[in-house]
Amino acid sequence: MAKTRDLKRRIRSIRNTMQVTRAMKMVSAAKLRRSQERIVAARPYARRMLEVLRSLASRARPGAHPLLAVREERRIDLVVITADRGLCGSFNTNVYKTAVAFLAERDGREVRLRVVGRKGRDRFRRDRAPIAAERTDLFRALSYGTAAELAGELMGAYAAGETDGVYVAYNEFKSMIQQRPVVERLLPIERWELAPGETAHDYLYEPEPESLFAELLPRHVEVQVFRALLESVAAENAARMAAMDSATSNAADLIDSLTLKMNRVRQASITTEIIEVVSGAEALG
Amino acid sequence: MDALRIDLEIVTPERLVVSETVDEVVLPGSDGSLGVLPGHAPLLTGLSAGELWYRAGGRTRYLVVSGGFAEVLAHRVSVLAAACERSEEIDVEGAREDRERARADLVRPGAGGAEVARAGERLRHAEARLAVAKRGAGAGP
Repeated sequence: MAKTRDLKRRIRSIRNTMQVTRAMKMVSAAKLRRSQERIVAARPYARRMLEVLRSLASRARPGAHPLLAVREERRIDLVVITADRGLCGSFNTNVYKTAVAFLAERDGREVRLRVVGRKGRDRFRRDRAPIAAERTDLFRALSYGTAAELAGELMGAYAAGETDGVYVAYNEFKSMIQQRPVVERLLPIERWELAPGETAHDYLYEPEPESLFAELLPRHVEVQVFRALLESVAAENAARMAAMDSATSNAADLIDSLTLKMNRVRQASITTEIIEVVSGAEALG
Repeated sequence: MDALRIDLEIVTPERLVVSETVDEVVLPGSDGSLGVLPGHAPLLTGLSAGELWYRAGGRTRYLVVSGGFAEVLAHRVSVLAAACERSEEIDVEGAREDRERARADLVRPGAGGAEVARAGERLRHAEARLAVAKRGAGAGP
């Protein structure tokens, strides 16, 4: 009889866990929807910005701007965007691995690590990797201002010549069921070419194109950082939702098989009792 | 498309604030206030922190932008601002606090040139927010 009681206890505990994972899945789904909306909301600005920049780049002589200057890459900064929390499958591990592989490819260069998110920071700390800058608790109240601040630090370092290239590693939000870790170069900024057949608008400028261009380039970098952060948030929520979904269905499977086992044990003990009673009666007869 | 009107779009990185067909727009250009009527020559201009208003039908709406830039075409105006609020969305208390803080930073001893410039920009933004909030409350231009 002790066995059925143990099984019952396990089933109850798994059921409790399942309630938690199911609730987390619901919460992640709601958060995912919100973060997707933010990505969509950020698109018109980014698109317009690119149009204008491309058109400006063909007018202005952009070589002079410090954010466009290409130098030989001896020192690089790598920003790794991870999550503050776990329980989201391989989300954090994937971006960590991608970052490590990227650094291995660029062996011999001086690297400064800038880590966003508690999980990534803890992971690099465990490796005893030197972390130049870290930011945690960024995602709870993520705004454009936060992204602009982070971008400002990066641009400052690049313009001052402290680094020859700034890269960002983050999880790209591909779809509800797919996140892809990527590494993108943020600085120096890629030159824009007008697509063949595309003509730049013949604008009047106020002030002159060069200073407008210089004004716009930092905004462009800010937008890139903001987008990477938003993508990462959406990907994190999607990953957590998927992880909690499979945890919930695993728990359901486990409950099923334990219930079956419990019923079998109970049935077996009843059978044994009947046999005992019957054979006892026979012995008496 | 109506040849005598302008499609106005105001976007920030966080959201699309305005997408409307209007008769007239006045922008806070970096070299001074700038009125745009339909058929304007193509223009690309920087914006400083300040008041932006537009007229659609008989209605005039006031907004505050925090600086950015605007692309003006004959029948389209796109404003890209770091932040933008409609007059009714402005948090007056918060703007007052920002103004006081910016004023304090402006005269802080030992502040560098860049910090002073930023504080000046913040002060302009806060003052524009307060002015626009008042306008929206019905004082009229």
